[in-house]
Amino acid sequence: MSQQCVLAIAEQSDAVFRKITYEVLSEGRRIADSLGCPLTAVVLGAGEDISKDLGQYGADRILVADNQALREYVNDAYTNVIADIIDKENPCVVILGASTQGKDLSPRIAARINAPLAMDCVAVRVENSNLVVTRPMYGGKILAEVSLDGSPQIAAIRPNSMSIAKTAGAGSVEKLDVDVGKTDLTFIEKRLETGKVELTEADVIVSGGRGMGGSDFSIIEELADLLKGAVGASRSAVDEGWRSLSDQVGQTGKVVSPNLYIACGISGAIQHLAGMSSSRVIVAINKDPDAPIFSKADYGIVGDLFEIVPLITDEVKRLK
Amino acid sequence: MNIVVLLKQVPSTESFVEIADDGVSIKTDDIKMVINPYDEFAVEEGIRLKEAHGGSVTILSVGREKTTESIRTALAMGADSGVLIQDPAIEGCDSLGIARILAAALKEIPFDLIIAGQRAVDDDGFQVGVAVAEYLKIPHVSMVIKEEIIDGKIRCHRTVEGGTVILEAPLPALFTTQRGLNEPRYASLPGIMKAKKKPLDIKTLADIGLDAEKAGKPMTRIIAMKYPPEREEGIIIEGDSAQAKAAALVKVLHEKAKII
Repeated sequence: MSQQCVLAIAEQSDAVFRKITYEVLSEGRRIADSLGCPLTAVVLGAGEDISKDLGQYGADRILVADNQALREYVNDAYTNVIADIIDKENPCVVILGASTQGKDLSPRIAARINAPLAMDCVAVRVENSNLVVTRPMYGGKILAEVSLDGSPQIAAIRPNSMSIAKTAGAGSVEKLDVDVGKTDLTFIEKRLETGKVELTEADVIVSGGRGMGGSDFSIIEELADLLKGAVGASRSAVDEGWRSLSDQVGQTGKVVSPNLYIACGISGAIQHLAGMSSSRVIVAINKDPDAPIFSKADYGIVGDLFEIVPLITDEVKRLK
Repeated sequence: MNIVVLLKQVPSTESFVEIADDGVSIKTDDIKMVINPYDEFAVEEGIRLKEAHGGSVTILSVGREKTTESIRTALAMGADSGVLIQDPAIEGCDSLGIARILAAALKEIPFDLIIAGQRAVDDDGFQVGVAVAEYLKIPHVSMVIKEEIIDGKIRCHRTVEGGTVILEAPLPALFTTQRGLNEPRYASLPGIMKAKKKPLDIKTLADIGLDAEKAGKPMTRIIAMKYPPEREEGIIIEGDSAQAKAAALVKVLHEKAKII
């Protein structure tokens, strides 16, 4: 396997790498070290200027295809180009993020090249030159160990679950001329809410539930802003129309694992607990001392969230 | 328009999931099985598209005998016919294997549009729908929260981190669902009565032209299952006033957890 490489697929949006890119590179480096092989990064749709930075996250080579047609992620163009690169580079492992892009891209690549794929990996190890990954199932109620057999082995890693490690190395940048091939999909438009911290990438999440009593989440938003975090919601808050669907944390929403999760007025239905219980520290604020959320919380406060949350905000401000 | 909906039967999300004695699967005896919630959105969207554009909705599933109950529910909601692929060789198949079986079955079912759930809430694989599109060599858009069909094309609003992206694909195409696409209807009593007479074919792998030996061979295999690590018992922060509790919490997050 020594002549083969680990291929790490970077992810950019408007020529800025998403955080998951550094997680993918760092984990890719660790896998490459276990296998004793080099790490090759692939950057599609962005320039050499930003790409060279990936050397600091362990890439030995950085392949850059700065093609106009790849600026925005479009499935068929990306699949064609990456399948060609895999064919040429013959990697033993392909690693990418299980972001919305990675979840859309990786099954298509795996099916095309007939390679094993594990989605949403939270841990990856090498056993007898094969990958064994840990991935949540049933919305996080179960952790499964999955062995991969075949080549290349594709691991899509869950955002916010692998540590970022900088290295001293500087990778060599190589420009690629690529053919996007036959495509059917047309990119029309992208509509992003600016300045919003994405739940799955957030270090801190402050969530509100039924106890919020209405769509006024201003006290939650203020605390989240102060902690540079994101605002989440329980399913009942979303069903009531108080928050948008993209804010929903839980088995049928987003599964999150921030450093700090503050649940305000959330009783803790099993689907919600499944979606947030891998957070590092959990704080629960609820009027009902018997609310199931307290069973998962590291720190609980029994009381009125409308009184307590603003006081927490004040205390954090004082600290800063 | 011929619409095919891919459906999987899964444990309801309220279920407490218990690892079976083999250590690599879960106990299913006492679990309530339902249509995968994301597939329920797919069934509803298929029926709405049929109501708007005419045509038919076929439910296609890989599963066991019990899966017919979920297919009947979809038929009661308003789908027209069902096909279940059931074969002992399917046990142990991985996501790509299931996708290959579905794609083979789709060779015999005419379609303009395929709708699938973005993921099934049991194995959370996110693979089957997208891989089916690849095997059929048709375009797909995943995690769709809104779609419209105009002049043989489908325009889809796909959810991404922090917003949506709008993409267009010529038909035939496949899209996968996102919560928010629609509110699935309940089956009506007349619907349930009618569903009993709607066609539901059960086929084996050989019936759809697949070699049972090859079709079932997985490249990914669950070798162990465990429960997530138990969290250490938490601390309820006491205090004389809300102010004291808030201060004590921030202090512990700052000094002990070193988060704030």
